[in-house]
Amino acid sequence: MSGTLPRPAGNDFSDFVHERSRAGELVVQPRMGFSAPERMRAGLQAVRAARATTVGTITVDSYTRVGDHGSVREALRTGTPLNGYPLVEHGPETNHRLLAGLAGPDFPVQLRHGSALPQRLFEAMLAAGLTATEGGPVSYCLPYSRTPLAEAARAWADGCELLADRAPAGRPVHLESFGGCMLGQLCPPGLLVALSVLECLFFVQHGIGSVSLSYAQQTNPAQDLAAVRAMRRLAAEYLGAVRWHVVIYTYMGVFPRTRAGALRLLADSVRLARATGAERLVTKTAVEALRIPTIEENIEALELAGEVAGRPDAAAGLSASAAEEAALHLEARTLIEATLALHQDVGEALVRAVRQGLLDVPYCLHPDNANQARTLIDETGRLRWRRTGRMPIAAASVSTATGSPAFELLDQLRYIERRCDGVLPGPARPPRSVTG
Amino acid sequence: MISPPARRRRCVVLSSVSSDSHTWNLVFLQLLLEEHGYQVENLGACVPDDLLVEVCLARIPDAVVISTVNGHGRLDGIRLARRLRAEPALAGIPMMIGGKLGLQGTADAASQAELIAAGFDAVFEAGSGPEVAEFLARLGAASPARPALAGPAPGGNG
Repeated sequence: MSGTLPRPAGNDFSDFVHERSRAGELVVQPRMGFSAPERMRAGLQAVRAARATTVGTITVDSYTRVGDHGSVREALRTGTPLNGYPLVEHGPETNHRLLAGLAGPDFPVQLRHGSALPQRLFEAMLAAGLTATEGGPVSYCLPYSRTPLAEAARAWADGCELLADRAPAGRPVHLESFGGCMLGQLCPPGLLVALSVLECLFFVQHGIGSVSLSYAQQTNPAQDLAAVRAMRRLAAEYLGAVRWHVVIYTYMGVFPRTRAGALRLLADSVRLARATGAERLVTKTAVEALRIPTIEENIEALELAGEVAGRPDAAAGLSASAAEEAALHLEARTLIEATLALHQDVGEALVRAVRQGLLDVPYCLHPDNANQARTLIDETGRLRWRRTGRMPIAAASVSTATGSPAFELLDQLRYIERRCDGVLPGPARPPRSVTG
Repeated sequence: MISPPARRRRCVVLSSVSSDSHTWNLVFLQLLLEEHGYQVENLGACVPDDLLVEVCLARIPDAVVISTVNGHGRLDGIRLARRLRAEPALAGIPMMIGGKLGLQGTADAASQAELIAAGFDAVFEAGSGPEVAEFLARLGAASPARPALAGPAPGGNG
């Protein structure tokens, strides 16, 4: 653990976000990665030129994410396209050419990766001149790897210190927590908020002075609004000394299959960002349910998001109850405090909290996760705890449906898809059938 | 007629591929297969080929179900099918793969043929969970008493 906490730090990426936010704009950003450097550069150029306030994204491929560099080399040798940009394998020269004359203070670029063991990626990122990335010891371990959590926590501690120590002079690194997403859906907001705050505390403890907290759009707009407001309050309480902002992710679960439904969901996420004062949004596209989007489909999503964000009434019609916000604030705070009480080192506290089931990600198959917690979607579309396992918070007192557990889960996984594709009206679900 | 040995619950090894971190497909399939009476060994996300081979050799399951949605399914699937089929004890076990197997979302006919040639008995598109269960049920119906479990599987490519 570092002896002194970092001072609030400027960073190309976060300076840009804060500056554009002060000017009343929402910064929007795609999820985008292509294996060929020419195509990746064309994508970044198109994002920069889009009619919206944008930052660039390089998403790495999933072989790089799991450290399978041999498979990357084989794919590059045979010309097989990958599902992202293999930053490590392309090497510093190619990476410099990728970004030359393109990335800069007026168009910062963030590396998105999903790696539980991020050191090699962080080295490659700094060598490429990039100073913004994301992830976290829990959020990129439990849902996306089989790395033991203690090992991921050590690797992320080393990774943060590498970023803090080796950042270019005058350009400290910005790190975003992926804690507000976890498995993308069916994680009640209190736990998402707690994990975002805890991971940012972890980053700060390991020398990072510029962070962002994430929150992924869930199934009920009023609940999301209350959750993000609660997260902002907690960030102010716990992260007061560092520079932070909030990033919203457009829905990360099973996506609507219709174009209209997908774009409506995207527009809803923009409204959530506007209503909560979030500074940045990571978008999804009209074809998200079907395949990896093209450059053009990403630009369409960014421009729609920028257009909706610019409407004076973007946040109109969204309201949250103070009681709901207070309840979510309390639930997240309870989880944060229960974790921090376990050890003064945030990483060790996180490892112990997960081991003891005090943090328990519903449906997460990672061997270290208790996997006793379960979720339900109530009649208003809100995510509720069906079971909380050993977490120090209460489950909802609701009767649960009986029937096929598999198809009940599928029903919940597809709730947003059905709502946005017009199968379900409005944000609320029709009342349960009396014969059900 | 010789009655089959005491029937145990049919066992399925369920897994993603080494580069895929998605697990909702696996959570759903586990519940579905359990509802159909299978005992499921769910290996979860990012399963290295070595681990899958090791578990399959230890369990000699009644079937291996691979589900993947990140777009590298064709590459990873071909490689791991060859690995599994190279083990004599696993040569005849029914194996299927499903999900989003290519970057375009679906596996084209050529990719499907490659996956079958590499050792899979069936290739499913995304959203085919129930079909997977039906496929397994058909296998089960075809072999009510497959005692050794290591012999050639009905419907398999052996």
